[in-house]
Amino acid sequence: MKRHLLEAADLDRADATLVLDTAAQIDQALAGREVKKLPTLRGRTVVNLFYEDSTRTRISFELAAKRLSADVINFSAKGSSVSKGESLKDTALTLEAMGSDAIVVRHSASGAPHRLAGWVRGSVVNAGDGTHEHPTQALLDAYTIRRRLGRLDGVRVAIVGDVLHSRVARSNVWLLTTLGAEVTLVAPPTLLPVGVGSWPVQFSYDLDAVLPKADVVMVLRVQLERMNASFFPSAREYSRRYGLDAVRMAALGDEAIVMHPGPMNRGMEIAADVADSVRSTIVEQVGNGVSVRMAVLYLLLGGSPQ
Amino acid sequence: MAGSPAPVPENQSTVLLGAADVARVVDRIAHQVIEKCAGGGGAGDEGAGLPDVVLVGIPTRGAPLARRLAGRIAAFAGTAVDVGTVDITLYRDDLRMRGVRALEDTVLPPEGIDGRLVVLVDDVLFSGRSVRAALDALRDLGRPRAVQLAVLVDRGHRELPIRADYVGKNVPTSRAQKVRVHLAETDGTDEVLVTEERR
Amino acid sequence: MTHLIKGARVLGGDPADLLLEDGRIAAVGERLSAAGATVVDADGLVALPGLVDLHTHLREPGREDAETVETGSRAAALGGFTAVHAMANTDPVADTAGVVEQVWRLGRQAGLVDVVPVGAVTVGLRGERLAELGAMADSAARVRVFSDDGHCVADPALMRRALEYVKAFDGVVAQHAEEPRLTAGAQMNEGDLSARLGLTGWPAAAEEAVIARDVLLAEHVGARLHVCHVSTAGSVEILRWAKSRGVQVTAEVTPHHLLLTETCAESYDPVFKVNPPLRTDADVQALRAGLADGTIDAVATDHAPHAVEDKESEWAQARPGMLGLEQALSVVLETLVEPGLLDWAGVADRMSVRPAAIGRLDGRGPRSHGRPLTPGEPANLLLLDPAARAVVDPAALASRSRNSPYAGRELPGRVVATFLRGEATVLDGKAQK
Ligand SMILES: [Zn+2]
Repeated sequence: MKRHLLEAADLDRADATLVLDTAAQIDQALAGREVKKLPTLRGRTVVNLFYEDSTRTRISFELAAKRLSADVINFSAKGSSVSKGESLKDTALTLEAMGSDAIVVRHSASGAPHRLAGWVRGSVVNAGDGTHEHPTQALLDAYTIRRRLGRLDGVRVAIVGDVLHSRVARSNVWLLTTLGAEVTLVAPPTLLPVGVGSWPVQFSYDLDAVLPKADVVMVLRVQLERMNASFFPSAREYSRRYGLDAVRMAALGDEAIVMHPGPMNRGMEIAADVADSVRSTIVEQVGNGVSVRMAVLYLLLGGSPQ
Repeated sequence: MAGSPAPVPENQSTVLLGAADVARVVDRIAHQVIEKCAGGGGAGDEGAGLPDVVLVGIPTRGAPLARRLAGRIAAFAGTAVDVGTVDITLYRDDLRMRGVRALEDTVLPPEGIDGRLVVLVDDVLFSGRSVRAALDALRDLGRPRAVQLAVLVDRGHRELPIRADYVGKNVPTSRAQKVRVHLAETDGTDEVLVTEERR
Repeated sequence: MTHLIKGARVLGGDPADLLLEDGRIAAVGERLSAAGATVVDADGLVALPGLVDLHTHLREPGREDAETVETGSRAAALGGFTAVHAMANTDPVADTAGVVEQVWRLGRQAGLVDVVPVGAVTVGLRGERLAELGAMADSAARVRVFSDDGHCVADPALMRRALEYVKAFDGVVAQHAEEPRLTAGAQMNEGDLSARLGLTGWPAAAEEAVIARDVLLAEHVGARLHVCHVSTAGSVEILRWAKSRGVQVTAEVTPHHLLLTETCAESYDPVFKVNPPLRTDADVQALRAGLADGTIDAVATDHAPHAVEDKESEWAQARPGMLGLEQALSVVLETLVEPGLLDWAGVADRMSVRPAAIGRLDGRGPRSHGRPLTPGEPANLLLLDPAARAVVDPAALASRSRNSPYAGRELPGRVVATFLRGEATVLDGKAQK
């Protein structure tokens, strides 16, 4: 592994597999235990530097770090010196001077973790940057698919929704294809990036044509504000053409699973009965997120010299 | 790099135990375990205490060693003993020096280890740090009645107050030497080598 | 002071001596001599007319921490320039006779290059109503180039009126061609790379659509149009078409668009963030070809100094723009002269003659620029060592800012001397003030 986890596009097959295998071993080591804590990162400090609100991702990283016995500092950029205009660089250098070994960063600007990595000596983990990447989400998605279906090679994954603005979609495109899955992006043309043709994926505007061939349907959150910028005419039309409801779910193969990175807009991109069905891995994804993030922190910090 | 023009001699390896030696040593440990764990019973009651025993191998090579030991114990005593493995990587206190490694299996019998006699099995006993990490891991996994230690080779140089209950072979070594255990399951052959590390 | 330049190759021709006296070129010939003249050994050096930049951001008034008229003038002189057009997006905006005269006076005080103010087209660059263009034209600064640069004059009716209005004093509107509705939040060229990097795309069409519209307007009203920093292959095609129809359109390209591509953005280092953005290699090749065949008239730097805190940040938060004055000629050497696309006369044409003509600095007076290096003309020239190569070190630049996209890059050519009306502003590669 490299010193940082900045993007899934950076991970080769060996590295990605190592993360998933490590997560599996951690799950196995902790299964059925009362004490879900390992001494591995005792004395190390992990800072969660969040410039965007994301309670679920922050808690997941916090739990991962604490289960490895690291000290955790949550640094929310809201109401802090950052909102008073302190630069990202100054904040990073301050945190490092306080002894942080790793910075987990969530930021609205694409590439912010790359910048951070150039300024600090410790490790940087991208917890979501703008519309660029969210690599640990992709890792936990891949881990979830592998646990459910037993493999990733040749698995057909349909990623449905606002690909244009989705860092989850980008990370999954790179990671899943690296791991041998066949990815099809499904969205209205307005929500696919110009340049999607250069990605190692198929794409389609027709969800119904893709569903019967999919082993995995990954539904992306769609923000209603997009409607105002004419990415689609109305919530109703979006839902009718691209929403995953019970009727569409019936078109899926027997073993197919339904994923969503959360938080969901029930009734918009996914119907409530789909989200709560046995095919849904949505709750599992949350649990797997902790294991995968433990694996990432262990692999980045476990052996790094001070 | 300031290269020395003089040719560097090959590292010298000496075979300490051959395949037959390894088999004999494993057999002896098996007998010792049976003897020590058989409980209060006399002759004809050889395996009485054995269901209580769990052999827990420390990966990488402690794991196959524990399975072999279980096999020999079953052959000699006619009683199967439980086997498990415990990966100690996440419990090591020297990760920073050694660098990260892929994790290995932690598998315990379904009955667990509470109240039982755990025999930790490893290939080489050296500083004792691996055993300490394994003890820490066991503490998080349950509460054994007692923990014993079986090793194929004890090479000395302890850094912690730890000793083995069963030793296949005591080998006085210098710190500059390296003791390597090869097993058929992991390396294709059974042997123990001592190598002079040249600086 | 009298200078006698010995053995310079004028426009790359045979070595000759040039005698500079009383601000003019007194003589050009072999084995000249002059009592009391300062002799400049120009053996192996190429003499070119002093460069003229149509597009410089000097930041004064308002952002003197990033650049001042004086520091920018020094950078310009070191780059071989004798005249620069100072863009209007200062604070306050150069949209009145008062502000343009202030900038013009600061330029005279610095005395390193002629600082020619550009006037804003609209009040406060807001794109709502025309600034007092005539007052700026009639001021001491004699403004002829008008631009809202940084912003596009997006309203087609307003653009038409501006094009028409400046005809009265032979002015020209220099358009920053960017349809704002197509570039909301844009960060880099839109394409394969922006899709991967998750940076909002700036489509080529946003530039090309405005250029297409403006050449049609210029044709319709019979006005002059100048297009700033052309950056796409499609724009070159539209300009070629417009010129073939006889539209009075001229265009410029920046050094960075001639050399760098969008792949620089992969580092997320905002030193490569610029507006219009760095484009693809195909665009770079088309721009070089367009400049070589004259479709693009001029190289203009779009020298845009920024303070450290405006660049040492996240990409999206950083301000767009890069330094250009001190490396412009080197980049042209690298991208056009060395590959054989442009000869020395071509360099003089695209970096001095034509930009001076566009800015109407090419008259017959003593303050003219872009004139041939012949006796009687103002002594505005530079001496270049084309064989020298150097690695760009931002810390060594004369600009007050450090945002050079060429940091660490080796480039050919060194400006050894620059003369403004016979006075050496640069000698031995060092600014004289
Ligand atoms: Zn501009």
